[in-house]
Amino acid sequence: MSDSTQEINQIINQEYKQGFVTVLETDTFAPGLNEVVIQQLSAIKNEPDFMLAYRLQAFRHWQSLTPPTWAQVTIEPIDYQAISYYSAPKRKEDGPKSLAEIDPEVLAAYKKLGIPLDEQERLAGIAIDAVFDSVSVATTFKDKLKEVGVIFCPISEALRDYPELIKTYLGSVVPHTDNFFAALNAAVFTDGSFVYIPKGVRCPMELSTYFRINAANTGQFERTLIIADEGSQVSYLEGCTAPMRDENQLHAAVVELIALRDATIKYSTVQNWYPGDKQGKGGIYNFVTKRAECRGDNSKVSWTQVETGSAITWKYPSCVLLGNNSVGEFYSVAVTNNYQQADTGTKMIHIGKNTRSTIVSKGISAGHAQNTYRGLVKVLKSAENARNYTQCDSLLVGDQCGAHTFPYLEVKQPSAQIEHEATTAKIGEDQLFFCQQRGLSAEDAVSMIVNGFCKEVFKELPMEFAVEAQALLGLSLEGSVG
Amino acid sequence: MLSIKNLTVNINDKAILNGINLEINAGEIHAIMGPNGSGKSTLSHVLSGKPGYQITGGTIHYKGKNLVDMAPEIRAREGVFLAFQYPVEIPGVSNVYLLKAALNAVRKHQGLDEVDAMDFLSLVKAKIKTLDMDERFLYRAVNEGFSGGEKKRNEILQMAILEPALCILDETDSGLDIDALKIVAEGINALRSPERAFIMVTHYQRLLDYIKPDYVHVLAHGQIVKSGGADLALALEKEGYGWLEEGQVSA
Ligand SMILES: Nc1ncnc2c1ncn2[C@@H]1O[C@H](COP(=O)(O)OP(=O)(O)OP(=O)(O)O)[C@@H](O)[C@H]1O
Ligand SMILES: [Mg+2]
Repeated sequence: MSDSTQEINQIINQEYKQGFVTVLETDTFAPGLNEVVIQQLSAIKNEPDFMLAYRLQAFRHWQSLTPPTWAQVTIEPIDYQAISYYSAPKRKEDGPKSLAEIDPEVLAAYKKLGIPLDEQERLAGIAIDAVFDSVSVATTFKDKLKEVGVIFCPISEALRDYPELIKTYLGSVVPHTDNFFAALNAAVFTDGSFVYIPKGVRCPMELSTYFRINAANTGQFERTLIIADEGSQVSYLEGCTAPMRDENQLHAAVVELIALRDATIKYSTVQNWYPGDKQGKGGIYNFVTKRAECRGDNSKVSWTQVETGSAITWKYPSCVLLGNNSVGEFYSVAVTNNYQQADTGTKMIHIGKNTRSTIVSKGISAGHAQNTYRGLVKVLKSAENARNYTQCDSLLVGDQCGAHTFPYLEVKQPSAQIEHEATTAKIGEDQLFFCQQRGLSAEDAVSMIVNGFCKEVFKELPMEFAVEAQALLGLSLEGSVG
Repeated sequence: MLSIKNLTVNINDKAILNGINLEINAGEIHAIMGPNGSGKSTLSHVLSGKPGYQITGGTIHYKGKNLVDMAPEIRAREGVFLAFQYPVEIPGVSNVYLLKAALNAVRKHQGLDEVDAMDFLSLVKAKIKTLDMDERFLYRAVNEGFSGGEKKRNEILQMAILEPALCILDETDSGLDIDALKIVAEGINALRSPERAFIMVTHYQRLLDYIKPDYVHVLAHGQIVKSGGADLALALEKEGYGWLEEGQVSA
């Protein structure tokens, strides 16, 4: 490998800055999974009975399943009995009522991550739900949001406070029978965010959840549910980090979005779980089921993801376009480096008339990484005049890595219009030298090339996070022309 | 401005340049000619700092400084510009973005402020007009899908914006049609100044018809085997390089 290839790799290959561990007193379950553990979990969270029944049903179903093997990833078998299914910072009686009651170490950890939770330093215009291992430790601006009828709270709280909404919507998009990890999640999920935007309300702030895995030997089973009632609008963002450890840790999430008539949901992810070390040791297994249902006419859901972390990512944020004229979008940047593996993409299921979907996927592979796009566009007979546009681009850095594209297409409606474009480019030494010859440092050159490649996706992110995403790629974008 | 002494260069342990000596003063134009594979691009790359070449002997000084010690981007900021024989494509990065980033990198090095967006745009638009290029090229990705001639013209656009002190043009004329050659030559002539020097690598007299060199050098087997004035190129055009093999070398 030549100097400049090494240089490119070094730049993409920056140290993982969120890899610290917070030392805390915790309540942690002993490893193991059985019905008793699920009962304890439900009890510690003070859940209503219907939830326990739901969990047990999911658990029984899960036991009948085997892990999927179709993804383009190599994975060691996971010992589900070796994982602890609950870990939370120790807390006083009924959970913190105010920030003063939160363990200062937890607050400090968030501060270190650039997510201030205390009153004075809050990010203006962004409400944050902070999930630490298995529990939500704080949700900011909750009361202010309530004034306009927006519910933004930990899902464990919603189970108790809004059981009717939960009963109506939880599992209505991703049923516990959906797949192996969805079944496991339904059985053991711990926390995540719950959002309800009432009719006609345009959510006055960005909502965001920050997921942090801290404890060792635990899995994080996030569950998020977002409901946008008729004519409402919301923009939601999640961020994720974890300490550096030699063992792999599991993050198996289920996210369900429901957009009713004329509603719009924009869901953005900046995923930066610990990717493992340079030899491929450790890192998070990020096995996630994310699905949105555009249930009402003229509804719209837009997924934007920037995936830089995790040892293995297995994730297909999808849209079921049920309502007539509904719109689904998927914008993705997936970066894999060293021995990371990503098998990610989307599913667009066209059911309603005049439904439209757009897929823009940008995969960047460096080192020995493997990056796979897997996407399904399905147009049912009922979906007259459905349209899909798919663009799938790969950027290879060096020659040890791989990019793979698996676009699946099932069209039952002859009036459908489907377009697919795919490209593969390489950051070669020649490009880097060209930029240097024009006066740019190697770092700025890689930054410019990578950002140029990802531009179409970054522009879909909320402003603040576009900046974060660029920084995440280890890059800084100077100047604004172009 | 540029002083090359006894320069020897290897690629993968194979000797490519075998003792180059060349003195270039500000204001001069030097043409370098020579058969395919003789080392012209290698020399251009070594001057601009491309990795992959081992300098096994000799020295290169630029404006009194040791060029060999400078990183390629520093050489560029100090005014060494290479118009590539084969310009690369950079998907996703617009031409105008690259131009602005490059200009600001150079300006910053010179202790100047970043160029104002409006000033920059009027500068670029003026330059692109003199090169008879469509403004739409500014917003296309660098060289992506450009024709061979368009890529060459784009190199000259970058040179016109950056206003380097030492311009190395590696076969800029190859691939240009008759009209484009004239336009590009005019672009180069417009940059001529007592503070600036040019090294023009070319195979053909026709470029030199437009830009009259002060010196012509013949590079063969990694050495300058003959140097002369503008008429040397005319002689080469007539006689070719056959004389090189017949031992008539009299450098
Ligand atoms: N990476 C490399 N590995 C091995 N040999 C190389 C490499 N790069 C260049 N060479 C050799 O070095 C010699 C000089 O090449 P160079 O490109 O400098 O020639 P040139 O004079 O520019 O030729 P042309 O007129 O065809 O552009 C050639 O024999 C070429 O094959
Ligand atoms: Mg050459």
